[in-house]
Amino acid sequence: MIEIKNLKKNFGEKKVLKGINLIVEKGDRIGLIGPSGCGKSTLLRCVNLLEKPTEGEIIFNNNDICKLSDLSNIRRKIGMVFQQFNLFEHLTVLDNITLAPIKLKIMDETTAKKEAIKLLKEIKLDSYANSYPKELSGGQKQRVAIVRTLIMNPDIILFDEPTSALDPEMIGEVTELISTLANNGMTMVIVSHELNFIKSFCNKVAFINDGKILEIGTSKEIFNNPKNEKLKSFLSKIKNK
Amino acid sequence: MNYIIENFYYSVIYDNRYKFILEGLRNTCLIAFLAVILGTIIGVVIAIIRNYHENTNKLPILNYLAKVYVTVIRGTPSILQLMIIYYIIFKSVDVNIVFVGVLAFGINSGAYVAEIIRAGINSINKGQIEAGYSLGLNYSKVMRYIVFPPAIKNILPALGNEFITLVKETAVGAYIGIVELTKASDIIASRTYDYFFPLIIIAIIYLSLTIFISKLLNIMERRLKND
Repeated sequence: MIEIKNLKKNFGEKKVLKGINLIVEKGDRIGLIGPSGCGKSTLLRCVNLLEKPTEGEIIFNNNDICKLSDLSNIRRKIGMVFQQFNLFEHLTVLDNITLAPIKLKIMDETTAKKEAIKLLKEIKLDSYANSYPKELSGGQKQRVAIVRTLIMNPDIILFDEPTSALDPEMIGEVTELISTLANNGMTMVIVSHELNFIKSFCNKVAFINDGKILEIGTSKEIFNNPKNEKLKSFLSKIKNK
Repeated sequence: MNYIIENFYYSVIYDNRYKFILEGLRNTCLIAFLAVILGTIIGVVIAIIRNYHENTNKLPILNYLAKVYVTVIRGTPSILQLMIIYYIIFKSVDVNIVFVGVLAFGINSGAYVAEIIRAGINSINKGQIEAGYSLGLNYSKVMRYIVFPPAIKNILPALGNEFITLVKETAVGAYIGIVELTKASDIIASRTYDYFFPLIIIAIIYLSLTIFISKLLNIMERRLKND
């Protein structure tokens, strides 16, 4: 579905990604792990071109999307969920969800609202349809943010540390929703520090260090039988906490 | 007492002198109103050019010109800008002097409005903008639906300030002979040799105008807050 070839990204002099190769197949649940500042979030943000790669190719549906000038059609097919939720603060929950499908003329207003209410019902937040984001808890905000990408009917969803900004008691409701999506066959790439979640949930895990993928494998291979020395020390540091 | 009444009579009623005040009020309001519109249009355009450039690195020449415009306008006295437009640019053209006022004050205000709007755009957190892009909205849709609505709310007080300043600033127009309020009072005083009533009257009028505008803005602010 997505093939990343030799992806490089510099911020000025600083080389953040130093040649990443990664293949995402349909139905994959790929976890990206690694120490802070290793480039995993940057990699994720390159995939929907929130960051423009310095070099390399990202092949999505047989197109190198780095070469496209109009990104709108690509981005609506690649959903993104952010650490800080990034709901539109001035819009109600319902309007947050329906804004893009209506303004991009994917749905008319009635259909979009109906669809949004249906999705909100599934996450049991339909009673909040007319509330503003500031009235919601962190976990509720993140679930609304996930629904906001779902209504676009994306081929893949990128999760950028979706639970890092949440209070511990709210992490469960968000990971639960992500699991439900995965069980329905959604393709996803997740950057997270919740290693237990990654371990149990992802079918593939890539360990990134200093802008490179040092090891990639099934989550069993990565967590139970790591080969790379840096991965071993990364995992032991986390375990000792 | 009689002296004051007599003074008032000669300043306002005798020879229909109040008509100068009315003409001045009309021109002050006309110039301020049209200059606010012109200034807002210029300000929005300049702010968008600069923001678009900051985000995409496109339009480098327009961005440079926009920067020069803001620097020059903010860096020179408005009275000088007015005189340059009237005495140099329109030197040999027969032009309506009120129009010159609208143009000069509009161009002047545009630079300040542009900076206010730019600050408003920057006040919206980047995450919301990225969320907009990630849903497939393009730059203009992100601006229109995600950035501007809350940004306008944030900048309304600063914008109101600028409009009030503009109303008072039109007094400078007297310098090139526009019969706005200040010039009108000057004309009357030059006939009566007494400045008391002409100045006090227009002071009250200016004050009423600015209080009216700030009341109007307060109402707008409250409306937007409840939205």
